[in-house]
Amino acid sequence: MSTRTGAQILWEALHREGVRVVFGYPGGAIMPAYDALLDSDIRHVLVRHEQGAAHMADGYARVSGKVGVAIATSGPGATNLVTGIATAMLDSVPLLCITGQVGSRFIGSDAFQETDITGVTLPITKHNYLVTRAEDIAKTIREACYVATSGRPGPVLVDITKDAQQHSCEAVFSDEAVRLRGYRPDHKARRDDLAKAGELLDRAERPVILCGHGIVRAEATTMLRAFVVKTGIPVASTLLGLGGFPATHPLSLGMMGMHGEAWVNQAIQEADLLLALGMRFDDRVTGKLETFATRAKKIHCELDPAEINKNVRADVALVGDVRETLEALLPLVEPRDHHAWLARITELKGNAAVRDIQQMPHQGRLFAAHVMHDLWRITEGKALVVTDVGQHQMWEAQYYKHDIPKKLVTSGGLGTMGFALPAAIGARFAAPSDEIWVIAGDGGFQMTACELSTIAQEGVKLNIAIINNGYLGMVRQWQQFFYNGRYSATPLKSPDFVKLAEAHGLFGLRVTSREEVTPAVMRARAARGTVLIDFRVEQEDSVYPMVPAGAALDEMIRRPSSIVETAEDD
Amino acid sequence: MNEPVNPRLRTFIMHVEDLPGVLNRVTSLFRRRGYNIESLAVGRTEVPGVSRMTIVMEADDDAARRIEANLYKLVNVLRVEDTTWRPTVSRELALIKVRTDQATRAQVLQLTEVFRARVIDVGPEAVIFEITGTRDKIDSLADVLAPFGVLELVRTGAVAMVRSADTLEATPCVQDQPQSNAA
Repeated sequence: MSTRTGAQILWEALHREGVRVVFGYPGGAIMPAYDALLDSDIRHVLVRHEQGAAHMADGYARVSGKVGVAIATSGPGATNLVTGIATAMLDSVPLLCITGQVGSRFIGSDAFQETDITGVTLPITKHNYLVTRAEDIAKTIREACYVATSGRPGPVLVDITKDAQQHSCEAVFSDEAVRLRGYRPDHKARRDDLAKAGELLDRAERPVILCGHGIVRAEATTMLRAFVVKTGIPVASTLLGLGGFPATHPLSLGMMGMHGEAWVNQAIQEADLLLALGMRFDDRVTGKLETFATRAKKIHCELDPAEINKNVRADVALVGDVRETLEALLPLVEPRDHHAWLARITELKGNAAVRDIQQMPHQGRLFAAHVMHDLWRITEGKALVVTDVGQHQMWEAQYYKHDIPKKLVTSGGLGTMGFALPAAIGARFAAPSDEIWVIAGDGGFQMTACELSTIAQEGVKLNIAIINNGYLGMVRQWQQFFYNGRYSATPLKSPDFVKLAEAHGLFGLRVTSREEVTPAVMRARAARGTVLIDFRVEQEDSVYPMVPAGAALDEMIRRPSSIVETAEDD
Repeated sequence: MNEPVNPRLRTFIMHVEDLPGVLNRVTSLFRRRGYNIESLAVGRTEVPGVSRMTIVMEADDDAARRIEANLYKLVNVLRVEDTTWRPTVSRELALIKVRTDQATRAQVLQLTEVFRARVIDVGPEAVIFEITGTRDKIDSLADVLAPFGVLELVRTGAVAMVRSADTLEATPCVQDQPQSNAA
C-alpha cells in the first residue's frame, strides 16, 4: 500500500473501472484533480461548456454501453451539467459526473463558486454522493460506477471537496463485487406470470410487439428476432427502440406514437394484445391514455418495478432484464403466423405510401425527408446517426431505416436541443471507426455550436448535416396547427454555417437542391476532417403524420392530400 | 385506466440508512411524484446506523404500490412496508395547551381523564396535556377541548409497529415483484 492524494486516487479508481476517456472543464475546486490528471493515462477531452461534457459522456455511454464520465468544477461548472444529467436520467444512460466542491469547512457558507449540487441534482440522478475525505474516494467511485450501470442505468454524481482531493491517505482499492444493502437492481420474472403471458400470446389474434429502449440497452436484439420469427408478431418501435429490431424486416412496422406512421398507430389501436418490451408508455407513444389500445391485453416486460401500472395498466407484468425475460418466454409460446392480422395491417397502410413525401417530385425544392432518405441510401443504413431534437429528429426516425442497434443516438425523454453535436463527439470515442452523422436543426445546433472548437482541437472526424429551415421548426409546426399560424418567436436568423465551419478550421458546404445532396454527402464522407453541410430545406414543411398532444393515437393529422395531388399534377 | 381503488390513509414503515440527506431523498421523492404526506416520524432503531420512518399518506392501491417501488429505487432505503393491511399498532403523541380558568379547570381535567391524558403543566390561564394514542383518539380529544379554547396543539405524527413477534426484517419482501392483474 502506498500513500496518495485523493486526486491521484480518483484517476486510479476511474482507470480501474475501465475509464479511458473523460470529458470536462477545469476550475478552482477541481484543480487538484486536473493536476493529477497529467500523471494519468486517461484521455481528457476539453469541452467548451460543461453541458457539452455531460452530453459527450452520454453519447459515449449510449454507444459503448459503458459508463461515460464528465468532470467539472463546483458552482457554475456543476450547474452547467444539469441539463445533460436530466437528459441521461430520462433516457436511462449510465453517466458518471464528477464535480469539485469547495473545501469541506466552507460547505454551507456560500463560499465562492459553492453550489449544493447534490441537492440540485437529487431528483435527476439515480443516486449522488458528497465526498469529504480522501479515504472515501476509491470506494465511492466504484460504487457510483456500479449504481450507474447496473439495473436500469442512470446518471450518478460524485461531488468531491477540494480538501478531499488534496489530502493524502493510504490508497486502498477493492476488486470485490459491490454490495449495497438497500439496492437490488436485479429482478426476475415470476414463472406463473411467464406462463400467463405465454397463454395470452398463444390466444392472441391481433398481437403487436412494442420494442423500446430496453431492447437496445439489454442487448436483446438477437433474442427479439428469434422471438418474432417464432411468434410471427409484428413489431412497432418507440423512438429510442429504433434499431432494436431491423427496420427492413418484413415484420417491422416502424415507429409508433406522435409521429409514427398512421397504420402503425391504427394497428396498435386495433390490437388484442400488446407485448411491451423495455418501454415505459411515454405520453408521446400512447397519445390519450383513456383511449390507448382499449381492446388489448397488455404484457409489460420492464426492468423497473416502478414503471408497472404507471401509465398503462398491465394485465401481466414481467419484471426483469428484457433479454432474460424473452429467453424464458420463448419456449412457452407456440409457433404462429398471423396472416389475417398482417393482411389487415397492409389494408391499414392504404394510400399511406402515396401520401408519403418520398413519392413527391421535388421540383427543384429540397425537402428534409429527401435528405434523410439520400443519407440512408448512400450510407447503406450503416452510419451511426446522432440527432438533435425537433422536426429533423422525427424525419430521421421516419426515413433513416435503422437495422442495427446503437446506431441511433438521440435525446428521447427530455428532448434536449443542443444534444447532437456534443453527443456525437462522445460517440466518436466509443466507436472510432464508425461513420458518424450529426443531424441537427439550425436552432438546436446553435445551442452547443461552441463544441466545433472541441472538434477542431481534438481532431475529431464527424459529418454534420444542419437541416436549416430558418425556423424553430417543430414549434412553428405546432403554431401552424394549434395556434392559428401565429409564429411567435420561431423565425430564426442563423450565422453563415459554412463560414462558421471555416472559422473553426473545418470544411463547410451548402446544399440548396436535391441534386446537390449526393455529391455533398460523398464529399463529406471522403474528407479526413469534419465536414459541415448546411442543407437549406423547405422552410414551412411539417412532420406528418401527427397525433396532437392529448389526442387518441389514431386521431392523426395527415399530410394534406391536396399537396400530394398538386405535386402529382405538376 | 381503471378508477382508483380504495383511496385511503396508508401507513408505510421504512428502514433507511442513517446518513445525512436521506430524509431529504425520501421527502423529495414524495414531492416530485406529487404525493402529499399526512405525517412523518423519523428516529433511530435497535440497529446502529439504521433509522426508521413511519409515513402516513393517502393513496389508492396502485399508487401505494408505485410509491413502494419508487422508494426501493433510493439506494439508501433498506426496507419498505405498506402496513395498511397488516395487524399494526400505531401511536401518536400530542401536546395540547387549553385555556382554563377557575370555572372551567375542573371540567377540563375531568374530560381529559377519560382520555387518559396527562397534565404536564398548569398555569393560571392554561393547562398543557400530553396524550398518546391513535390518530382518532387524539382527534377526539382535540374536538372535545375545542369549546374551551385550544391555544396550541402539536403532534408528532404516527409511529407504527406490526403486531406479534414479526419484525420488519423477517417479513417476506413482497415488493420485488409487482402483482399482475390478469385473472
